[in-house]
Amino acid sequence: MPKRILMTAQLDVIHKSLAKMTALISKSLNNMIIALKEQDLLLADEVIEGDEQIDAMELKIEKDCILILARHQPIASDLRDVTSVFRVISDLERIGDQCADICEYIKLISQEEYVKPLVDIPQMAIECEKMINMAIRSFISKDLELAKEVLMMDNTIDDYFENIREELIEIMSKKPETVRQCTYLILIVKYLEKIADHATNISGWLIYNITGTH
Amino acid sequence: MSKTNKRPKIQIKNLDFYYSDFKALKNVNLDILENKVTAFIGPSGCGKSTLLRTMNRINDLIEGTRIEGKVLLDDEDIYQDNYNVTTLRTRVGMVFQKPNPFPMSIYENIAYGPKLNGIKHKSQLDEIVEQSLRSAALWGEVKDILQSNALSLSGGQQQRLCISRALAVSPEVLLMDEPTSALDPISTLKIEDLIAELKKDYTIAIVTHNMQQGARVSDKTAFFLLGEVIEFDDTDTIFSNPSNPKTEEYITGKYS
Repeated sequence: MPKRILMTAQLDVIHKSLAKMTALISKSLNNMIIALKEQDLLLADEVIEGDEQIDAMELKIEKDCILILARHQPIASDLRDVTSVFRVISDLERIGDQCADICEYIKLISQEEYVKPLVDIPQMAIECEKMINMAIRSFISKDLELAKEVLMMDNTIDDYFENIREELIEIMSKKPETVRQCTYLILIVKYLEKIADHATNISGWLIYNITGTH
Repeated sequence: MSKTNKRPKIQIKNLDFYYSDFKALKNVNLDILENKVTAFIGPSGCGKSTLLRTMNRINDLIEGTRIEGKVLLDDEDIYQDNYNVTTLRTRVGMVFQKPNPFPMSIYENIAYGPKLNGIKHKSQLDEIVEQSLRSAALWGEVKDILQSNALSLSGGQQQRLCISRALAVSPEVLLMDEPTSALDPISTLKIEDLIAELKKDYTIAIVTHNMQQGARVSDKTAFFLLGEVIEFDDTDTIFSNPSNPKTEEYITGKYS
């Protein structure tokens, strides 16, 4: 049988770029968590500036996907592979944006003492990071079981979000002077919850990639 | 390892070509880059095969043809007086639309050219035959039936045999004129895989009616219309964002 060596080589290039983009996202998530915990302004700035690189990576992979469609007319599993990469990079790009947005809020509250010791929020962020890494690992290695595990994890994140939100509302109602900071913290956890949704999307794309159904 | 230079192997300069009074090519200028695949696409009668055939002077065999302009192979004009056309055709090999093996054994088909070039030792010929068949991804399928008649092979195998035969005389350039138009889809994709492998060692120009094939196999693409090169660019560009509306019409299937 023919091996379609040129198309396969180009698909490999796309998968390698996807791994690189994931590494950038992972670094942003990591730095964002440290910046949040340690109120590190410089690290927050690094994440914000790093977003450009993630955007550039998305454009590069998008271009490679378009070229593979134009030049190699992939069909069936190859077509699903390319179209799902198309969607995954858009999820990854949004995660990059959301990390940067979180860092903007971190900067706004970096000079003040936190209204409470931050335990659950960094823990939630770590869970999100874990989900993203698992989602991408499942996507690249086409591991259906791992993808399904990611889908299950989203419930934990939703629980985190609801609990933290309620806790912050309670703090605000008791100490009105904390409203500003608590609002920013609620926005941060909302973004984290959205990041987890993107991880879920990525796993969903892997399921589509392999099975052809959503 | 594949060479990635952008050295032109063949340069076409201000080329006009006539079949008697009919001007089939009009002021064609383009470079065929070394170790790259260049595809010529365009509707029937646009001159793409004519241009291909100027590159090893096989058009000379047609009465009443005439050219103006230059075709340079490694900077040397192949149309200059006293240019050795036999050597040219060894350096610039050709594969045609329909597989055309000689009515003799698989082995003899490939050994034919080297023998004409004076190679007589059996061991040396054996080596050339094996190497050429390996390069054309056919060795595994025919190594045990080398003495069988080449015409007993399938169409796809016959075409790979013709490619082996072209490779047996160690050419530098391979001209392919619709090499898969008579083949089934699987044999076609095998030849396309082969082209991707061969460009590591050879410079390739291919004429194809199947523009998706041009998109799949080539690095550069030239679009021809009525004897003129309308657009010549990287294949990536031609098939994703061509600059000429006529190219756009043709590759999107809206040409009439």
